[in-house]
Amino acid sequence: MSAESSLPITHWQRLWLYLLGGLVMLFLIAPSVIIVIMSFSGSTLLQFPPEQWSLRWYESYFGSVEWRDATIVSVKVAVMTAIVATPLGTAAAYAINAGTLRLTGAINALLTASLIIPVILIGIGTFFLYARIGLNNTLTGLVIAHTVQALPLVVLTVLSGLRSYDMNQEMVARSLGAGRFAAFLQVTMPQLRFSIVSGALFAFITSFDEVVVSLFISGGETTTLTRRMFNALRDQIDPTIAAISTCLIVLSIVLLSAAQLFGRGR
Amino acid sequence: MSIGSASLGHAVRQDGELNARALRSDARRQALGLLALLSPGLFLVFAVIIVPIGWLFWLSLFDESGQLSLANYARFFEQASYIKTFATTFKVAFVVTGACVLFGYPLAYMLSQLPRRAASICLIFVILPFWTSVLVRTYAWLVILQRKGLINNWLIDLGVIGQPLPLANNFAGVVIGMTHIMLPFLVLPLYASMKTIDVDCLRAGMNLGASPAATFRQIFFPLSLPGLASGVVIVFVLCLGFFVTPALMGGGKVIMWAMRMEQATSLYSNWGAGAALGVVLLAVTLALLGLFQWLLGARATGVWSQR
Repeated sequence: MSAESSLPITHWQRLWLYLLGGLVMLFLIAPSVIIVIMSFSGSTLLQFPPEQWSLRWYESYFGSVEWRDATIVSVKVAVMTAIVATPLGTAAAYAINAGTLRLTGAINALLTASLIIPVILIGIGTFFLYARIGLNNTLTGLVIAHTVQALPLVVLTVLSGLRSYDMNQEMVARSLGAGRFAAFLQVTMPQLRFSIVSGALFAFITSFDEVVVSLFISGGETTTLTRRMFNALRDQIDPTIAAISTCLIVLSIVLLSAAQLFGRGR
Repeated sequence: MSIGSASLGHAVRQDGELNARALRSDARRQALGLLALLSPGLFLVFAVIIVPIGWLFWLSLFDESGQLSLANYARFFEQASYIKTFATTFKVAFVVTGACVLFGYPLAYMLSQLPRRAASICLIFVILPFWTSVLVRTYAWLVILQRKGLINNWLIDLGVIGQPLPLANNFAGVVIGMTHIMLPFLVLPLYASMKTIDVDCLRAGMNLGASPAATFRQIFFPLSLPGLASGVVIVFVLCLGFFVTPALMGGGKVIMWAMRMEQATSLYSNWGAGAALGVVLLAVTLALLGLFQWLLGARATGVWSQR
């Protein structure tokens, strides 16, 4: 059925390729699988597979006030980032897609700049700026910094949704008397909702997993989960981190599946 | 009669002018509206990225006594420790990029040749790590590679080695951890470009008597080069500024560019030095990406917009 199979090469002749590709896939997935399994170990020793099983590292995670507070900070910041970045990114993508503005290319480059500018530079720069305006160690500061990092993902996701949407539908609505905003809300947005939700999920996970900038601008009561993890890893290897990592991996899987499901729903 | 038609023509012309003016003002209003939609996002990017980086650039031009000087930049050529940092950074970036090409090309090639359904299942193995926290993956490699980690425990239990191998807290550890993180950045754009290669070209080659290997070498491989280039550039650029993995897996021995920036600012509060490092890093990054875009006319940020 597929065009590929009509090439006169059998799967047997390709066996070496499948083996090699399989090995690389194993390299990519093995670390996550190992961490998930290790998180249920009953011992502090790094044995694989573990000899005894327990939930002690999960108890140690959920029982610790410090870890719990850091988790709450991260969830709050990630939710707020998704709430702020999604409408801003959607609006920007809409304007870029209209393409009538001069400098559309430059605007696009500016909005996606945070993907290619070294994060360490953004971290130091943000810390330097926040020190002047008192935003270091605040939730507001974290949400603003994470929004800038999440914005490009929302813009790119919504933009790819807009590419497969016929803007003439909105024109029809407007010629029938709908205002610009009403036309967007009632005609365009319902058809873009999958891209917009995907964008929001990417914004959430970008914020939740962000390390480098948080390292500089969070601290004290606003220490994020990733900052606490980073510092814990610098000192010694605490198996509690395996339990936290497993939670983060599960979160990634859930959010990605949701984004994929929404992406297919079109 | 002639008077009447003349005034009619005048009226039409006047109407046309009115119309044109209305259209122009409508276009202007529309442009303003679009600009208003863009402004909140642009303002944030401007405030959080452009202003602080510009400020740091300004700061980098002054020495410790507040005199305008290039002392912060001159240091890069004078102090051996800086030269070593740059050498280490480029060495890691080259080795990691090379490893990514070595592992990523066969995987992308396999994905592009599989039937659609199988390919989308295998793609999960690339996309899931891509969206898993860098910190989680670095921790995983620490568990696997460290002195009393999984690999050393296995090898000792099997009697292959007597002493643990130094796999983490050194150059090898940084390279392994970073290759794992960078691999999806190479595979995703490469796979996307391989999918657009027309199978008819390959079939034509084989019809004309080329062996599968010759078809690959003479037709498929050259056509996949633009995709490979885009993956190589993005991986190399990300490696240059990478922080988390070298900081956690380098054992303090592998000092890369970004770590040097963190040390200069956090440890020594030497903002001028840290800022100058940042300015040069940004310049190198933008130069490489600009060169790439000029040569191939493609944007490197494409990797984030594909699933």
